[in-house]
This record gives sequence, C-alpha cells and structure tokens, in this order.
Amino acid sequence: MTFKGRSIISIRDFSKQDLLTVLSHAKKLEKTPQPNLMKNKVMATLFFEPSTRTRLSFVSAMEKIGGSILGFENTDTTSVTKGETLWDTIKMVDQYADVIVMRHSIEGAARLASEASAVPVINAGDGANQHPTQTLLDLYTIQKEKGKLDGLNVGFVGDLKYGRTVHSLCIAMSHFKTKMFFIAPKALQMPKSYLEDLKKNNIPYVLEEDLEKVAKDMDIIYMTRIQKERFTDPVEYNKLKGVYQIDASLLKHTKKNVSILHPLPRVDEISTDLDETPNAAYFRQAGNGVPVRQAIIGLVTGKLK
Amino acid sequence: MKKEIIIPAIKNGTVIDHIPSRVTFRVMRLLDPQEYEHTINVALNLESDKMGKKGIIKISDRVLTQEEVNKVSILAPEVSVSIIKDYSVKKKIVVKLPERIEKIVKCNNPKCITNIEPVDTSFSVISKKPLKIRCKYCERSMSREDIALW
Ligand SMILES: [Zn+2]
Repeated sequence: MTFKGRSIISIRDFSKQDLLTVLSHAKKLEKTPQPNLMKNKVMATLFFEPSTRTRLSFVSAMEKIGGSILGFENTDTTSVTKGETLWDTIKMVDQYADVIVMRHSIEGAARLASEASAVPVINAGDGANQHPTQTLLDLYTIQKEKGKLDGLNVGFVGDLKYGRTVHSLCIAMSHFKTKMFFIAPKALQMPKSYLEDLKKNNIPYVLEEDLEKVAKDMDIIYMTRIQKERFTDPVEYNKLKGVYQIDASLLKHTKKNVSILHPLPRVDEISTDLDETPNAAYFRQAGNGVPVRQAIIGLVTGKLK
Repeated sequence: MKKEIIIPAIKNGTVIDHIPSRVTFRVMRLLDPQEYEHTINVALNLESDKMGKKGIIKISDRVLTQEEVNKVSILAPEVSVSIIKDYSVKKKIVVKLPERIEKIVKCNNPKCITNIEPVDTSFSVISKKPLKIRCKYCERSMSREDIALW
C-alpha cells in the first residue's frame, strides 16, 4: 500500500512489505542524510499527554530534515481538551500543518484524529493501545544489530501483560520467522489473545519464569519495566522486581553476541554495569528513533517513495 | 404446536425464533422497537427441546431486512427468522454474521475514545466461532459475553 497521505496509527495496519519499506528508507536516511527533504513543510506535535522523550525524538528527526515544527505539550495531565472535542482540534490544526504527530492518553484517539484530519496523523502513543513508531524503531534496531529479521530467537522479559511495546513488537515480529520467549511471572504473562494469534500464525513460543534457564537460546533480549502500580501487594512487587533485574553476570548464560533492548526509560531493571558492554543496544535503540521517524514523516508526506 | 399458542400467530410480519431467553430483550432493543408502529409480541422462557429456554419475537406487518437480521446474529447466532404472509411462512431468512458491526455495540473499554467523545463505534469481526470482535479505535477484542448495546 502506498504511504503518501496515509496515517500511521497501529502496527496492525502494516503488512510485512510496509514494515520493510520503512526500514529500508530509514537505513538510507541514516547513511545519506537529507537536510532539505522537508523544507517548507510543517509538522504539528500535539502532545495532549506529556512525553518529552518521544517528542524530542520527533522534533530532532524533523529538524534534521529541514522541516519546521509547531505544537504543544500538555503538562497538566488531568485536563485533556478544555471543552473542545478532539475532532474540532484536529480540524483546526490540519489547516496549519502537513503532518500531525499526536500523543493522547485515551485509547483510539489517534484513529479518530486520522478520520478528522485532512493530513496524515502519526500516532505517538494512545494510552495503553499503540505506539507504532516505537515498534518500527525496535524492529529497525533488531535488523541493525543482527543484520536480519528472520530466524531470530527473541525473548521478552518483565511486564508482558500490560507492556504495550511488547504487544506491538510481538505483532510486528510475527511477520518474520521468529521464535519467541516470554519470560515473566505468571501474573504478568502475555495476554491470551496474543498467544492465540501466534498459534494462528504458526510462530513458536515458550512461556518461562526463569530468565537464566532460557537465556542461552536468545539472540535478542527485550527488557521491560515491572511497574509498582500493577501490584496490590508491595511485598509481591519487591519479590518479583529483583527476579527480572539483569546485570553483566547474565552474559555468562547468554550467547556471546546477544543484544539487549529496552524501550527506556529504565529504572533499575538493567544494571549500569551492562551499559559498556557491546551487548547493550538500548541507547543505540533510542537513537534509531530519528532515522525511523524521518522515514515515516517523509513517506506519509509523499517526499519519499 | 401447543407451545406456540402462548403467543398468537401473526397474519403478516416477521417471527424471530430460537433466541436464547436471556438475550431476548437485548434483541428487541437491537431492533429499536421505539421506531415501530407495529404490534410486537414477545415471549421468553419457553420450553425448547433444542435449547432449553428460548425466546420468541413476533413483529406484525413488518418485514425485517437482511441487514437487520444480520445484526441479530451478533447476540443470537442460532436464531431462525421467518417472514409470514397470510399466517404461513413465506420465506426463511438465513442469519449471517456481518463483517463489520457499526454503531449498535458499545466498547467495553472505559478508556476507549468512543466512551469519551461523541463517536460511533465500529468493530470488525475477527472470529466467527467463537465470536470475537475488535474495536476499530482502541483495538480491544471482545467476545460475545462482553457485548453490550448502546
Ligand atoms: Zn474501543
């Protein structure tokens, strides 16, 4: 499907070819920067919910390809849209911008915005639902670290029940020959609906509680944070939290070239003694957001083909 | 036959039979009887050899469209629908689950935009048996037990 004019709302909307198209453009842009690609084009960043990290990545991406930016970041998380409907806000903003990047706490807000908007909308996170550019940069990172997307063993660790990034990456990796390992306490395991979809797509997977037990099989370890808010019992939280903290000693149990990813920010689930190892891919991963977001901005505005 | 006597036969119209008793009133609501000017007879908790307790709805002088019948299948996939003319069955309508379900179903995710802003809901049917539908907006999937109507 052509990207020009298309909104980027959910990773479910991507075919395998779509994913590969974005990755190949990102690769080209990283190799050969195009500082005038988006000259005279405007990107609106509508952050109804604050996310400095994501916003900076989009801003940096756009500025490096010559575009300009307008927008806001709402730091008061309690008021979402002071009386005006999202529909009306978008109907106003699309008069000023060539592309809209939107973050919102309400699930489905991005899809609705894309229906209101005359210009493409890029979903930069809608509540617990989707954050497709994160997934694309995760995919790009895996491809860059491993030189391929097929034939990899990918382990997801931590909070797999609520982890939005895990769910989306699981959907995206299902397009490739992957074996998945879900390493989590039983209470935070992958939701059944995702496992059913994997079965349907003939993707083999393993459910496991003990990371060390399966660490040797993995090419990618995708870490996530276990959040305190998910637990009613703080004792239970403190007990589990430690189990899924990793440090350099984990590397004794892994393949030599395992890549460790994390959507960031981390709290204490990855010890800093891993940072200096070649296996730590998480900072490179964050940097990969720039070419990936440039590729998406360029594609949906028709500047890249 | 004697079971049927509980509700009188209609001369012309539509009979929806074999509705699971507990969803009978929801089927009624789905068909939006407020708009009808016709006589509607409803019975539930009828004995049925096939399904235990069943409900039945008879609408006089109104022929349901295929689209309306398909809507019913969201709640009650096994119903039988007959068009009646002069007290006899003129036509049986085969119930078919639609590919998409627009407006009539409410998303069960309280954080979904459709429960917060004035937006019509829209679901795609991702599995027919057992029924599973996915909200176009928040992408949560729901099974038949989760389905509530507006
Ligand atoms: Zn929804």
